[in-house]
Amino acid sequence: MEEGFLARTFPSTSGNAPTPIDDDLRLKLYRMMLRARHMEQRAYDLFMQNLVKGTSHLALGQEAVSTGFAAAMRSDDYTFCTYRGHNHTLLRGASMAGILGELMGRECGLMRGKGGSMHLTSVKHGAMGSYAIVGAHLPIATGAAWSAQYRGTQQAAVCFFGDGTTNIGAFHEALNFAVIWKLPVVFVCENNMYMEYTPISDVTAVENPAADRAAAYGLEPVLIDGNDVELVFETASQVLTRAREGGGPSLIEAKTYRHGGHSRADPGKYRPDDEVAAWLERDPLPRYRQRLGKLGIDEAALSKIEAEVEAEVDEATETARNSPAADTSIVEIDVWADGGSAWRN
Amino acid sequence: MAELTYRDAVSAGIAQEMRRDHNVVFLGEDIAAAGGVFKATTGLLDEFGPDRVKDTPISEQAIVGAAMGAAMTGLRPIAEIMFSDFFAVCWDLVANQIAKTRYMTDGQCSFPLVIRSANGGGSRFGAQHSQSVENWAMAIPGLKVVAPSTPADVKGLLAASVRDPDPVMFFEQKSLYATKGEVPDDEHVEPLGKARVLRDGGDVTIAALAAMVPRAERAAKMLAQDYGISAAVIDVRSLVPLDTTTILEHVGKTGRLVTVEENPRLCGWGAELASIVAEEIFWDLDGPIVRVTTPHIPLPSADALEDAALPSAERIVAAVRQLVD
Repeated sequence: MEEGFLARTFPSTSGNAPTPIDDDLRLKLYRMMLRARHMEQRAYDLFMQNLVKGTSHLALGQEAVSTGFAAAMRSDDYTFCTYRGHNHTLLRGASMAGILGELMGRECGLMRGKGGSMHLTSVKHGAMGSYAIVGAHLPIATGAAWSAQYRGTQQAAVCFFGDGTTNIGAFHEALNFAVIWKLPVVFVCENNMYMEYTPISDVTAVENPAADRAAAYGLEPVLIDGNDVELVFETASQVLTRAREGGGPSLIEAKTYRHGGHSRADPGKYRPDDEVAAWLERDPLPRYRQRLGKLGIDEAALSKIEAEVEAEVDEATETARNSPAADTSIVEIDVWADGGSAWRN
Repeated sequence: MAELTYRDAVSAGIAQEMRRDHNVVFLGEDIAAAGGVFKATTGLLDEFGPDRVKDTPISEQAIVGAAMGAAMTGLRPIAEIMFSDFFAVCWDLVANQIAKTRYMTDGQCSFPLVIRSANGGGSRFGAQHSQSVENWAMAIPGLKVVAPSTPADVKGLLAASVRDPDPVMFFEQKSLYATKGEVPDDEHVEPLGKARVLRDGGDVTIAALAAMVPRAERAAKMLAQDYGISAAVIDVRSLVPLDTTTILEHVGKTGRLVTVEENPRLCGWGAELASIVAEEIFWDLDGPIVRVTTPHIPLPSADALEDAALPSAERIVAAVRQLVD
């Protein structure tokens, strides 16, 4: 825990001990972060080769948040994320070739080219969509949590969003709604300190955009180091247990940093060099690798994971590159549940 | 058959579906304990309990978003937006999220939900509580759009909307809530996308929706009695899907079409209908297609002003006479 970070634990009401972090789990967390990192670096390379069209928003540097939560979630839990959602979707189990293919507009894409980078979805893996209008998915995640509560399934919904989202109305509507109905939803603010091109502190009334608003909804303020994957995992495990046990929603602010700009179009030059350098020092991947070394994890095990992930990314890239362009026969299908798009008889 | 008001037919339709399917849930502002600001949902809380009939805060984005999240995870929610004017504060959820997500995800999920709303003028509520916004919804791919004119259709079309696997925008015309009509006691479901021919005629076809339907019927009677003009009247009932088959058939027979629309002039549903008729059966027409609409203005409040703005039976008669004479 670094100075300046608040932490708060949520003891399980049933007395269940949190999932212990053993070496197997540590290697899994490392592999998950690495898969996300390498996939997005490859996505960046593919932009540079003009193989990815349109826009794209990378989460390089923020992998510990998506990893910590995905590792703690049950397979039938729901993830709702933003247009910066490649990693969240991948780490719930979606195919890497499907993600890269979607970015490239290929037939093998996760949505066969109909959604694109900002809308990655894999419902069968619980990845219930990436939402490109800021704030929209907080009420939607709330509804999925309501459904889980009504059906009595003990599923939870986890909703990821950026610091900028805390200033839009839907954030406040959803939080209030989730609290009054005591819904099993976890709101996760990935505070990367910039609302698109503008420092969040320049446009926000409080210092910690999510945590400082928690009290307004009767929630505990939780501010964690979002670059510490084990801390994220532990926090996620606690709040998910709380949600399943009927303890209601939680709001987590995870401080992190995006290594690049807001989107493909943004080199991120508005950020001071020393700030960027300081956060690169806290890059969750080398940091965790170092920690695993100190914990006595075999170097060979780490190298093996690294080689396997690189091979996986190469293979996914080849699959996507070799896939034909999206098939135009699907342009007018699947507006309606019957598979069609007819609006008249 | 029992005689019910249009408002009581709302709760009858919802109750019929909630009894049938435990996954049907209902949420909105003041809809549970208070029974709705138009008293259209009284009794539902008592019968189905607070887990299924839920009062919400004044949070239209949360209401519509919650319905979407619930629909994509196995429930069949009915959400109420108290006045259709309030769609303007949750239009992102309606137009960007609910309408598009099935298509964007290549059909990975469906959204079997209904959003009911009190729509339209005639109640002297002024420009922000009286709009006819069905054409807003009609302009968005991915939304079905239904607007009943009778108590029987409220029950039957609401039931069909709940059973439909796609999102349905269900527009109740608030000045009709007190009107009465025969409603089947037994299970009653009217298919979506079917216009109803209320009156056959040889000289002109009048197509109308919701509160404009009784006005069109009155106009047709006046035309027959006072001017010897035989007008067919069609209740369009559903804008999406649109029953162009029935409408084209009648316009083809009568050679003339007059649409009666409560919405302001520009881009009203009648304009779409006019373009379909002009493209597909132009050579069967005996005269121009005429649209009777509210002028392109915000709706005024005073009774004299509102009555002057909304299409009346007299305006319909005048439009038809000019066309037929």
